[in-house]
Amino acid sequence: MKLMAFEKPLGELYDKIEQLKKLSRESDIDLSSEIEKIEQRAAAVREDIYHNLLPSQVVQIARHPNRPDSLSLFRLMSDDFIELHGDRAFGDDPSIVGGLGRIGDFRVVWLGHQKGHDTKENIRRNFGMPNPEGYRKALRLMQMADKLKMPIVTLIDTPGAYPGIEAEERGQAEAIARNLREMMGFGVPIVSVVIGEGGSGGALGIGVANRVYMLQNAVYSVISPEGCASILFRDAKQADVAAQSLKITAPDIVGLGIADGVIPEPLGGAHHDWDVVATAIKTQVLSDLSVLSSQSADQLRDDRYAKFRAMGIFTEG
Amino acid sequence: MSIIDWFAKREKNTVDTTEKLNIPGHLWIKCDQCQEILFQKDLKDNAHVCLKCSFHFRMAAMDRVALICDPGSFVPCDEDLGPTDFLGFSDTESYVDRIRKAQTKTKRKDAVVSGLALLAGKPVSIAVMDFSYMGGSMGSVVGEKITRAIERGLENRCPVIVFTASGGARMQEGIMSLMQMGKTSGALERLGRAGIPYISVLCDPTTGGTSASFAMLGDFNLAEPGALISFAGPRVIEQTIRQKLPDGFQRAEFLLSHGMVDRVVDRRELRETLATLLDLSFGGPVS
Ligand SMILES: [Zn+2]
Repeated sequence: MKLMAFEKPLGELYDKIEQLKKLSRESDIDLSSEIEKIEQRAAAVREDIYHNLLPSQVVQIARHPNRPDSLSLFRLMSDDFIELHGDRAFGDDPSIVGGLGRIGDFRVVWLGHQKGHDTKENIRRNFGMPNPEGYRKALRLMQMADKLKMPIVTLIDTPGAYPGIEAEERGQAEAIARNLREMMGFGVPIVSVVIGEGGSGGALGIGVANRVYMLQNAVYSVISPEGCASILFRDAKQADVAAQSLKITAPDIVGLGIADGVIPEPLGGAHHDWDVVATAIKTQVLSDLSVLSSQSADQLRDDRYAKFRAMGIFTEG
Repeated sequence: MSIIDWFAKREKNTVDTTEKLNIPGHLWIKCDQCQEILFQKDLKDNAHVCLKCSFHFRMAAMDRVALICDPGSFVPCDEDLGPTDFLGFSDTESYVDRIRKAQTKTKRKDAVVSGLALLAGKPVSIAVMDFSYMGGSMGSVVGEKITRAIERGLENRCPVIVFTASGGARMQEGIMSLMQMGKTSGALERLGRAGIPYISVLCDPTTGGTSASFAMLGDFNLAEPGALISFAGPRVIEQTIRQKLPDGFQRAEFLLSHGMVDRVVDRRELRETLATLLDLSFGGPVS
């Protein structure tokens, strides 16, 4: 498992434990009490690190290459997941995936951004940065869900919509804008979970939901800390400060009234145990669907509009 | 009371819809495009369009109101909505200072002017973004004022016209600025379902979170000649793909040829185009 820079003290302790274990095996000396001591230290250090994470460290966890991806989570939550492809107009964007599946007693349409776990897969998935056809595929599947009266569950994990020449030519702005508008009008329940990076409009483009959750180490932001640092601070090295200032962590996003709750992760991050994460998300989604599915189409629309209508902090008078 | 009665009853307009150009003592201005030296007054009389090369200068929000609305008909709304620094944000400058400077410079609380007006005798709910206020960036106040302008169209059953000029979301308001995209676009969903037209006039520049929400969602998307309209700014794209961008990329004419806007309209014909679209698309007020 790839360790992040801030986990280095922990990594050193793990290495030491391994060395002692090896020595003990090869030399017949009983080092178990020594090993136990270091293991206790490691546990204490682990608690200390993960309970005092800086926002910039949370960003690293949110971007960890072994973090569970949308397709894997669909399959863990839904035995019969079947993927569907294409926007019926231009192509099939591998950085947004979707399909049908059962979760508990509900038949749902799944949607999510898709990243890879290695360079090859990441290149194929464009690092989870969709082009317009990705948003249009998502829209097509959501319209189908609306027609067939199926709830929609979206998993958000993108650095942002792709900034490229062809994306602009094919109307990246229009594709996202249309999704924002259309999602507000669907008469079926929509639940969204930010599972990694909630990168700006590219994230919100599949995130206009009745209920929005943050995985514990997910982030949601109007701009990446790096982008904010280079534009506002005029110094790319200020990204850690920007991560702090932008208030992008799960507790902040809930505190600002954007998300409805935090879904806990295993200590150290979701990449340590995908099954636990899938179960936690599934439990939350099922609990919301059981409440939302009793509401009428109009109630669901009104509920969703009221949620977003209330967002904004300003003075009046 | 219907909106028509309301317009008829209210006192004759007292709002000064002209805005002083913020360049005191400068009677002359050089065209950005052809370098022609133009007399300020001639430029203003020509809708801030260069008399020689038709370059469209950026326009102050109230000048736009004066250009588009029937004389004296504009009634501002939600003028007392103001921004707050709820994140305690500070970069090279604190958000509080940026707000103060922008308010002093523009004499308004935030980057949108909105209200009700008549256009060729028909009531419209109108909103105009002010690029000179922090780059027209969309924070809570901009999102709220645009949303209320759309809701006013819904309540009064009158068309909504928004003039966009914005660099995108206001980073100093963090995630809350992003959510204004969902709020404004959601309001348009309701307006659309009620069968009321929405016209978006995309002015220079319209980028980022503004273009990826209400700016691109017009039943009619009109763009001003030469306006920069994009999702990602040219600099961001150049840094990502590491190559020079083609000439005219992301300009209004580029968007027209790629099917993203209905028409590119010369500002001197904009009022008439809007009047025609309103006349052809909406059967008049229901009281
Ligand atoms: Zn000129």
